[in-house]
Parts: sequence; C-alpha cells; structure tokens
Amino acid sequence: MKILHCPLNGPRNISEFVCGGEVVEMPDPGAATDADWSDYVFGHENARGTVREWWFHVPTAYWFIAERDTGTDEILRTYPASEIFGRVPP
Amino acid sequence: MPLGLIRHGFRGGRRPRRALPPAVGLRPRYDVAIIGAGGHGLAAAYYLAKDHGIADVAVLDKGWLGGGNTARNTTIIRSNYLTPEGVRFYDESIRLFRGLSGELDFNILYSERGHLTLAHTDAALRTMRWRAEVNKHLGVESEMVGLDGLARLCPHLNLGRDVRFPILGALHHKPGAIARHDAVAWGYAIAAARRGVEIHQNTEVTGILTEKGRVTGVETSRGRIACGKVLQAVAGSSSLLATMAGFRLPIHTVPLQACVTEPLKPFLDPIVVSGSLHVYVSQSARGELVMGGPTDPYALYAQRPTLEWKEGLAAPMLALFPFLAEVRVLRQWAGLADMTPDFSPIMGLTPVENYYIDAGWGTWGFKATPVCGKRMAETVAIGKPPAPIEPFALDRFAAFRQLGERGAASVGH
Repeated sequence: MKILHCPLNGPRNISEFVCGGEVVEMPDPGAATDADWSDYVFGHENARGTVREWWFHVPTAYWFIAERDTGTDEILRTYPASEIFGRVPP
Repeated sequence: MPLGLIRHGFRGGRRPRRALPPAVGLRPRYDVAIIGAGGHGLAAAYYLAKDHGIADVAVLDKGWLGGGNTARNTTIIRSNYLTPEGVRFYDESIRLFRGLSGELDFNILYSERGHLTLAHTDAALRTMRWRAEVNKHLGVESEMVGLDGLARLCPHLNLGRDVRFPILGALHHKPGAIARHDAVAWGYAIAAARRGVEIHQNTEVTGILTEKGRVTGVETSRGRIACGKVLQAVAGSSSLLATMAGFRLPIHTVPLQACVTEPLKPFLDPIVVSGSLHVYVSQSARGELVMGGPTDPYALYAQRPTLEWKEGLAAPMLALFPFLAEVRVLRQWAGLADMTPDFSPIMGLTPVENYYIDAGWGTWGFKATPVCGKRMAETVAIGKPPAPIEPFALDRFAAFRQLGERGAASVGH
C-alpha cells in the first residue's frame, strides 16, 4: 500500500486519492490566442523529475497540492493549495 | 533418434548466421536519423530503405533493440476501433501483419485467434453495436454475439449470473490476433540492416540541433551527428524528446502493467477483453496467460509493478475464469504508455521542420507497428503525411479535431 499524506486527513492509502494534473496558470481569456488555449487545454509538461500537481482526497472532497518525483514514484511534499495561491480573505 | 541431426551437429565448418552486422562507429552524417530502435522505429527504417530507397539511415537507441515498450506490451492485434480513420488505419496494419513473416523471412508467430470484447452493461452493448456497424461498413469483420455464441467461441468463460456483473454479450472481431513482439522488432531490424540501415544501440540522444526552425542533427552520448531528417519514435519518452526539440505534446505518461501466469495446456483460443471489468487475457504460444488491465492512476516514468494492480486484476479475472484461482503469476512488468486526450496516436509533422513525430501510442502501439512504420517512412521520404495518417496530426488538438477512440480502448483507463 502506498501512503500519501493528506494535509487535511493525514496518512491515507493513495487509492483514496485522484490526481488532478499539473498546476498550471490559466491564460488571460481576453488576451490568449487560440494556440495558447489549446496548449492550456491539451498540453502537458509531462516532466520526468519533480512535478507539482493538484490532488483530490475523494472521501472528503478536499483538493490540495502534492510535489512528487515522477522518475522514482516518491511523494516529496503535500500542502494546502492556500500555500501557493494565498489565503482566502476572512 | 535422428542420427542425421547428431552427425550434422558434429560436422564442423559451419557458423551460425549472424542476425545483425557488428556494431560500427557513428558516422558524422546521415540522411535520416530515427530515434528509438523499437518496433516502430525499425519498421520505419525498413520501409524507408525498401520502399523509398533511403538506406543512409541511423537508428539510435539509448538501450537495446526492442527493449522498451516493444517488449512490454501484450501483443494484441485488432482493428475493431470506433472512428473510421482508426478502423481503416488498423485494418491496414492487420493486412501487413498477415504477410510479415514471409516478407521479413522471420517467423513472428502471427496467430489469428478472434477477439472478444465482453459487455456487462447495456451501455457497453450500445458502444459495441456502434463499433460493429462502423467496422462492417469499412469491411472489417466484427459481429455482436449473444451468450449462445459466446459459449461456443469460449466454452471456459463463466457465463453464470452469480457474479456481480454478469456477461450480456460480446463484440466478436474475427481477425483479432497475437504475435511475438520481440520477433517483430528483430525481423524488421535484420531486414533493415540487410538493406544498409545502421542500428546503434546504447546511443542515447541528449539533444536536438536546430537552425532557423529546421532540424540539422542530433547530439548523442557518442557524439554529434548531422542529419537531413529526424524521426522520433520513442514511446514512453515522447514528451522528453519533444522538449529537447522545443515543443510540447498533449501527452501524459503513465505505467501500464501486465503479467503472465505459469504455462497451462492450451484452452483459451480467443483473446478475451472486458472493458467494464478492466481486464484482458490471451494465451500465448507457450501456454502462458498474458494478462493486462488498466493503466496506473497517475503520471509516472517508473517501470515498476505494484501489488495493488495485481489484486485489482485477479478479482475480475476470477469472475471470468474461476478455475484460475490456483494458477501462479510467473512474470510481471510495466511499460510506459503515452496517453493522448482522445486515445488516438500522433503521427506526422511537428513545429520543427524536417522533424517528424510518431508518438502518443498509449495502450495501442504494438498493433500498429507495420502500418505506422510504412506510413511514417512515407512521411519522412516525401516530407508530408499521406492521406491515411493525416487525421492523426499533432495540430488536430489546436484545431479541436480530435479522434475519440476511448470507447474502443481495450479497457477503461
């Protein structure tokens, strides 16, 4: 069993999670060309090495960020999305 | 005891026929460099030399010949796809496969078994009727069969109602076949080498050289070579190589696991696939059951098998063939599947001039080896993709002209 540390629920079996893909910035809808959009929709960095991804804990519907190594299948770090996107104002 | 054979064995002066010429140094320049000495790259090299008279070709591989995904698939060959473009393309592949042992003078153990895709839900039955109609319209033998037909085609299959998802019917695709995958790679390699193609193993491409948007050569672990044209055929590393060439692909790479059991007496003639249960199985010429299932759930470049995957495979497999409970798994492995958003491959031109791509072969690459090699050779030779592979161009995503083949992928991914 492979364990993933969920920032909300602690260590859980990785089968409880779904990978949401690379963290990418959405292009500005007003300024983006068709090529920018199709690359945003379909393109992947698909790197071998350290990647930063969205992950989802299915039973609690919780999205967070995980950094892992796609060459060695090691999970390096998991943290709440607020760490990179700034805190929601109170 | 055949004494003649013994006498033959003791008679001296004979040497075994050498399959490939001894390794030579890299020359400074080639007309064409093919990156990846798997089935696809070697087939392209063979057809370049045979059909187009271009033999000044170097096939480069970071490992050994046919050591990547060519040796990691489950060798199923079929053309019962969903889109007309896909059906035509894979049908051409089957026709090439049928004559391949003779053409290459190398036995690829091509064995037509028939291919059954089981339906356990009404929705699956609907998709199969659709596939059967598209197939028949294009002259490909695919028929729906009910439980009676299934009992006749595959008497060992558990058609009982006492399982969670009883079988309702199946899509029967008569030309479904298996072949020896290593033999396909070696057959093409030997035939290409005889025509003057150089195969360089242990030669890793580390960089792509371009000038004003046009490829001029490749940097390798054994030095730099100049070349007029480059074809990348590196399933599992497609994105990494494209990044070297300076463009991105709509691909994410995930492991696809498979395993074989200990050899059993021949009992399973057809290839049996269940999309709903996410498993497929065929019996090899050696009697081993070759089994596969879904791809891994997240992107990874590690070729490691997992226990979870085998557990997920065993349960539905026992629902189909309960008597396999005591059979042991003999070998297990994983290949790297380049998954595209529409479950169709990417073939043709790239943003870099004279740099051609053969990628996105997810879980459907082996069956396309001959046709892809032939058509990519044509693309490299004339500089533009021929009509049958035009729809598979990389720029179809920017134009939102995808070729949705998910419904015909062997198992749900």
